[in-house]
Amino acid sequence: MRVRVRHEITHRFEPAARHAIATLRLTPRSHVGQHILRWTLDVSPDCRLMPEEDAFGNTVHTFSVGGPVETITVIAEGDVDTQDTTGVIAGSAERFPPSLFLRQTDMTQPDAAIMKLADAVATKATTPLDRLHGLMVAVHEGTTETAPEADATAIAAGKALAAGEGTAASLTHVFISAARHLKLPARQVSGYAVMADVPAAFREWAEAHVPGIGWVGFDCGKNVCPSDGYVRLAVGLDSLAVAPMLSTGSRAENTAVARDFFQSPKSGQSQQQGQGQRQE
Amino acid sequence: MARAFDEMSSDDGSVRKAYETLSRWLTSVPHDVLDHRRKEAEYIFRRIGITFAVYGEQNAQERLIPFDIVPRIITSDEWTRLAKGLEQRVKALNLYIKDVYSKREVLRAGIVPEELVYQNPAFRPEMNGQSVPHDLYVHIAGIDIVRTDPNSFYVLEDNARTPSGVSYMLENREIMLRLFPELFSMHRVAPVENYADDLLATLRSLSPNGAHEPNVAILTPGIYNSAYYEHSFLADKLGVDLVEGRDLFVEDNVVYMRTTEGPKRLDVIYRRLDDDFLDPLAFRPDSVLGVPGLMSAYKAGNVTLTNAVGTGVADDKAVYSYMPEIIKFYLGEEPLLANVPTWRCREPDHLKYVLEHLGELVVKEVHGSGGYGMLVGPKSDKAQIEAFRAKLKHDPANFIAQPTLALSTCPTLVDEGVAPRHVDLRPFILSGSDKVRIVPGGLTRVAMKEGSLVVNSSQGGGTKDTWVLDA
Repeated sequence: MRVRVRHEITHRFEPAARHAIATLRLTPRSHVGQHILRWTLDVSPDCRLMPEEDAFGNTVHTFSVGGPVETITVIAEGDVDTQDTTGVIAGSAERFPPSLFLRQTDMTQPDAAIMKLADAVATKATTPLDRLHGLMVAVHEGTTETAPEADATAIAAGKALAAGEGTAASLTHVFISAARHLKLPARQVSGYAVMADVPAAFREWAEAHVPGIGWVGFDCGKNVCPSDGYVRLAVGLDSLAVAPMLSTGSRAENTAVARDFFQSPKSGQSQQQGQGQRQE
Repeated sequence: MARAFDEMSSDDGSVRKAYETLSRWLTSVPHDVLDHRRKEAEYIFRRIGITFAVYGEQNAQERLIPFDIVPRIITSDEWTRLAKGLEQRVKALNLYIKDVYSKREVLRAGIVPEELVYQNPAFRPEMNGQSVPHDLYVHIAGIDIVRTDPNSFYVLEDNARTPSGVSYMLENREIMLRLFPELFSMHRVAPVENYADDLLATLRSLSPNGAHEPNVAILTPGIYNSAYYEHSFLADKLGVDLVEGRDLFVEDNVVYMRTTEGPKRLDVIYRRLDDDFLDPLAFRPDSVLGVPGLMSAYKAGNVTLTNAVGTGVADDKAVYSYMPEIIKFYLGEEPLLANVPTWRCREPDHLKYVLEHLGELVVKEVHGSGGYGMLVGPKSDKAQIEAFRAKLKHDPANFIAQPTLALSTCPTLVDEGVAPRHVDLRPFILSGSDKVRIVPGGLTRVAMKEGSLVVNSSQGGGTKDTWVLDA
């Protein structure tokens, strides 16, 4: 599938910031099943983007803008060729052994309810892969996915499960919290998902490591393993670590309001695979 | 328990050589004179305002750390031995941290279990594959040392994050010089006053870009931090700026300080702020104490942070138990300073032993400090032990246990006169790109309560001036 992405993020500073600095995790990398044909980042106001690779192998850009700054707008645009790998990730940039992804974070610290959910799955399934599928089903059935609101960040795993609902990012916290509790390495992934029944959008899901297979994707909100409708942007220990844009004014009283706009023009996703049909 | 080793008097009542002069002097001076001097010392401490806050107390007011006017004496031979061991240990700590964040050979060789690194809350994934200026991570270390007999020094704990207490070492000496000039004329005491020069030289040597006159600043969390006094004291002694996060900003991956004359570039930041709070864009997003973008500037190699980010991976009490192997692995040398034998409760057979001997052991939290959250078996009643047993069983990996060591004692002025009290020692080891610097001595902490083994200032411990005698 060819996926065309246009992702616009605006951060507002009220009152205007004297100086602002931001980091972007908005550049996907190629790996098996995901080939980046074209990708551009456009930031206004004008600034110098400093590229770096973070600890997890994600491409990060940092930039600073001299004030007064009222808004920063970032537009990421590109075309990506994808193939269905039934959720299995291969050839991605890996900087750590899987066991690092057993680390719980503030966002994924399991509470009693999550441990109970995980342990219940573990009694029914024995192999890691079966357990992970079991977890995905359990999280999916025990919660309802809500649409992300502007300016809202993902909530911690325990809170999301207790509420019985959360954004895709928050439900992913529940899944990776439970998986890590069962000693199965798991991580948060950000990216884009194009699906038949819902508007395409920025989205977060989970990946867990299965011995002998490697990293496998799990989308609890949709109860599926990612197909060729998914484009991976970044991986990390939780939602915070894969945030597409983080910014903070140089003064603490500044508040940033973020809005994500996502478009995936239907014309861009025609099934033009192979034969070098790379024209747009 | 048998009587602990006293650093002044032997069992038969004779006085050890280094203490002869001091002992004679102590017996010749009437108690009320000593008491008067003690009050004078307290008055000076109050006047200069050297205080600290105790966390977890109802009204965590600032208070004075008790100061004991009887100095502790270490011979130059003993010090030479200690200093060599300290240098070796800090060298190994630096190599270990570098390895953990790069090739991880220590894990491949099976010296340290993988989970002690990857599951360690102090491990910073952000530092992985990141080179730091001059390959040094722990520029300022505080290694806690205890003594049990004339020949045995043990390392009790490594402090590789932001060790504090050096201001007390310096103030204690200053006050002793003022109050007891006659004692200094009777002894050849090695100076500690050059610590500030040594620290500044060390910090300057760590400049990331070889700047000839690097700009150095001390970054403090602010006046509410329990060690704020020390931060401002050091800035003053070093003649460098004391800054808070809001005084700094990052532009194009370079750190600047706001000044009345415009932005000034910073090269070396001696930060007394924990990793978690350094940069809201990289760590805790709710931190208002840090500097947004600082980590990017650091990763770009434009600024040196001392100590480096993520050094905590080497100084918790679980890693501590592997230090002898770590020293052998990186340096191919036998450790010059011994470790206290340590049971790792994460290992089932160790845990079993610890649970069976709770009454005899000291059990500590792996990431604890300041004497909080620990059990001193022999000093605890049944209920305390049982309560701790439950905690231990709930999360064994979070604890280690050690035998209750008979810490050495030193003569200390208490209400009843001069009496032995337990002590430890925290020397400060400075690692620069040019050399390692250690001022002779360090901070001696003393448990003021009779029989008490807990010397932490947060638990009512006091301090003493530490004299290393020149040969």
